[in-house]
Amino acid sequence: MKLNARTLRIAAGAAALGLASIATYVAAQPAQPKERIIRIDAKRFDYTPGELTLKKGEAVILELTSRDVLMGFNLPEFNLRADMIPDKVTRVRFVPDKTGSFTFLCDIFCGTKHEEMNGRLTVIE
Amino acid sequence: MTSVIDRRQFLQLAGLGTIGVVFGSALPGMARAAGQDDFYFVQLSDTHWGFEGAPNPDAKGTLKKAVASVNALSEQPDFIVFTGDLTHTTDDPVERRRRMAEFKDIVSALRIKNVRFMPGEHDASLDSGKAFKEFFGATYYTFDHKGVHFIALDNVSDPRALIGEEQLAWLGADLKQQRADAPIVVLTHRPLFDLAPQWDWATRDGAKAVELLMPFKNVTVFYGHIHQEHHHMTAHIAHHAAKGLMFPLPAPGSQPNRAPLPWDPAQPYKGLGFRSVDAELKEAAYRITEYPVIKA
Repeated sequence: MKLNARTLRIAAGAAALGLASIATYVAAQPAQPKERIIRIDAKRFDYTPGELTLKKGEAVILELTSRDVLMGFNLPEFNLRADMIPDKVTRVRFVPDKTGSFTFLCDIFCGTKHEEMNGRLTVIE
Repeated sequence: MTSVIDRRQFLQLAGLGTIGVVFGSALPGMARAAGQDDFYFVQLSDTHWGFEGAPNPDAKGTLKKAVASVNALSEQPDFIVFTGDLTHTTDDPVERRRRMAEFKDIVSALRIKNVRFMPGEHDASLDSGKAFKEFFGATYYTFDHKGVHFIALDNVSDPRALIGEEQLAWLGADLKQQRADAPIVVLTHRPLFDLAPQWDWATRDGAKAVELLMPFKNVTVFYGHIHQEHHHMTAHIAHHAAKGLMFPLPAPGSQPNRAPLPWDPAQPYKGLGFRSVDAELKEAAYRITEYPVIKA
């Protein structure tokens, strides 16, 4: 196939756009079931909410932020962790693939009651 | 030092039934031949000076009693190590330094003056080790003693429980100087393996340190953090956690939260203590003896 100059310019432009082009492509796809957004705020020394209940297989977006110092959100049984940064929202997509009761915890030492900074995730069928 | 066997026999004759002995090596059960260069050191950990609360009604007395017990050992160790959480954390930098000064003053009563300190997250995570360095010097370093290469690793000054690339590079460069069969002892605060990640009993990049250590045949790790005796192998590398000297913690992952175990008035200081580690160089083996806070 012989490519003309215009086709080449379009191809080069698309390559330069990179991820943005891919994102546009994804957005243009038929609507997917909307993922539930769950916001979790951290402050020394607890999470709000401190208890979550999700359905197995349900995709959610966790929006994580801290109201004071740098914190961690660690859900070891699902190999999921992220920083919780003051004044910034970290988004993590999460699909629980097993049922049960699981601990999430702060894994960035944050002070006197750091060891007590836990939350609980319950995953149901 | 006359002989570690003599010391052991003395302890057995003294009837100190609470003392447990563990062969802390992949080469247990070897014939003991106490050579001239065999030695022992004492490990104390998690003294949490400054803690106050029901889990230890003698919070201001326990460390002093432990110091007295170490001083009362019939044969004194070559040196003593403190594997972190010397002080209990505080947000107040002035109070942090006051606790470190008090701790340092108390342990200055140890008869043995060759004492090595490592930080725990309570000492170092809120100020990146600044106060610790002022009082105790570097947070990671090496020293050699009678043919054993000791490496103190800092996995707490970064509050994310990271050793960090800079220190890992330093470790790698240090290890390049060692023979493959060199006896190496690593001293650190947190476990270098994932003991109980749901309780933050891990080092996020600990596997990288273990990977660097793995080519060496004779590596043993002594650490603290979990306030109880615990023994684990990653391949041929043994990891031994020490009891604390403020409050014991539950067995790893045994309950939802890692809350201190309650003080038992019928058995005060239960679950607390320190240990001696006999190095037997010929076999690159380490014999661990656990001691209670108060000498029986």
